[in-house]
Amino acid sequence: MIWFNDGGETFSNWGQFYRNQPNNSCDGTCSGGRLYYSHCRWLMLWKQNRDARPVKYAYSNPPAKSKWYSRSMGLLGTLLLIFLVIHSAHFWIPNRMQQGLTDWHNEIDLYGRMLEVFKNPLVVSIYVFGCISLFWHLLHGFKSAFQSLGVNHTKYNQTIEYAGIAFSVVIPLLFALMPISIYFGLVN
Amino acid sequence: MWEYCGMARTEEGLTKALDLLKDLRESFWKEVRVPGSVSEFNPELDKAGRVADFIELGELMVIDALNRNESCGGHFRVEYQDNGEAKRDDDNYRYAAAWEFKGVDAEPALHKEELVYENIKLQVRSYK
Amino acid sequence: MKFNLKVWRQKNANTPGKLVDYSIDNINGDMSFLEMVDVLNDNLVRQGEDPIAFDHDCREGICGMCSMYINGRAHGPQHAATTCQLYMRSFKDGDTVYVEPWRAKAFPVIKDLVTDRSAFDRIIAKGGFVSVNTGQAQDANNLPVNKAYAEKAMDAAACIGCGACVAACPNSAAMLFVSAKISQLALLPQGEPERNNRAIAMVNQMDEDGFGNCTNIGACEAECPKEIKLTNIARLNREYIAASVINE
Repeated sequence: MIWFNDGGETFSNWGQFYRNQPNNSCDGTCSGGRLYYSHCRWLMLWKQNRDARPVKYAYSNPPAKSKWYSRSMGLLGTLLLIFLVIHSAHFWIPNRMQQGLTDWHNEIDLYGRMLEVFKNPLVVSIYVFGCISLFWHLLHGFKSAFQSLGVNHTKYNQTIEYAGIAFSVVIPLLFALMPISIYFGLVN
Repeated sequence: MWEYCGMARTEEGLTKALDLLKDLRESFWKEVRVPGSVSEFNPELDKAGRVADFIELGELMVIDALNRNESCGGHFRVEYQDNGEAKRDDDNYRYAAAWEFKGVDAEPALHKEELVYENIKLQVRSYK
Repeated sequence: MKFNLKVWRQKNANTPGKLVDYSIDNINGDMSFLEMVDVLNDNLVRQGEDPIAFDHDCREGICGMCSMYINGRAHGPQHAATTCQLYMRSFKDGDTVYVEPWRAKAFPVIKDLVTDRSAFDRIIAKGGFVSVNTGQAQDANNLPVNKAYAEKAMDAAACIGCGACVAACPNSAAMLFVSAKISQLALLPQGEPERNNRAIAMVNQMDEDGFGNCTNIGACEAECPKEIKLTNIARLNREYIAASVINE
């Protein structure tokens, strides 16, 4: 929506529209909270898994069939958690501060803030880096979620595999394009 | 064991085997060296224990072979044959033998389980 | 052939261990890895040193006793083979070979390369069997079994319980083992009556013994000497979820 280049009108309108859906007023907060919560749960799990092997191998040579990003979900997840904190600090927290507890419609100029924040090359590179982590994280996570819920079926595995790849390419790519476009002045 | 208590056994060979086993047992207990210590997991001690058991077991096998004056199944006593065919003695040896080890210099005890056939008549098997 | 070995030596569970260097010569490429260690042990005994303790039994790849982590891989570099079926020709002359025990909290080291894998026995004791009376062997047609399920159950039953899955898993999870044991029973009618209790009890015991959790990395499947499939873990998840919902 930001690529309409209409000074953020469409962006803000859609944002308002999304938040004005009857049951959606706190959806953003909830899903953000869910992300934090699940990351913390996963970190606890990661700790448990590390504790399951108190003495490490002196020499390790993991089989090629187990992918590095599958083995590094803990690291990727932690990077994403840090990214999530930075992201919240940039947009969500200032917005909530403005809105207070009750005034849901009184938002700060998120679009303006975005243009402002993404002028800093350091912030842009953090966002791009975060999205790259997100790509690898989702590449494992999407498929893995189905397996953990017991969905592993020769008929549907291919579909899940491709949907997972598409999902993990499209979502981080779109997220990464926002700061990049703004930084290079494609959006103003 | 292979030489004197193998496929074909003779009284002479079995008696000799008993003497050899006595020597073997003596030299085993005198010369055995087990690495490691008793207070830890020690697979070598386990192996040495097994060898000690095998010496006892071998001796009992020889005694049994010497005791059974007939040829029967895998037990072929050269003295008891009809032109190369096993010569069984069902009157005296129709039992399964279990020998009980009573100590190094003690006579082992023989426990017999009589073989009772209700439905078949005992006869000599013929491969001819 | 000649090899430089770095072997993990550890006196007992309470003493920290370390890698010790050994070199060995005149090894035939057709010797199995265990035979190579036998030769090394023979040398050590002759030199008056303590031989390396290691687990072994059938030496034909079916008992699940041998358990060495060789050059960073469970059961060594050869695919779908136990350590006893790994031959020295898989290595290059003069190679340096690391030999370590399985490493997991649930598999404490007893000595050198020997670990205590009784955690697997405890899991099996919680439900890896059929206790309902299935009666005398009956006519095969009385108990119809889907051929595809029978094949899958047979594949799962190939698990020899060696623990390579735990050793290979970065999380030290025992899910592949437990899922194989649950699958072979859940797929057949004899296992049906106890399937829910079985899934709950075996998973609880697995957690209690301090194994890690499955994060679907797939290292276990890649290292399993009997090629147990990850689909079994999905089945275990299904069984467990269903049992958690249904069980009172």
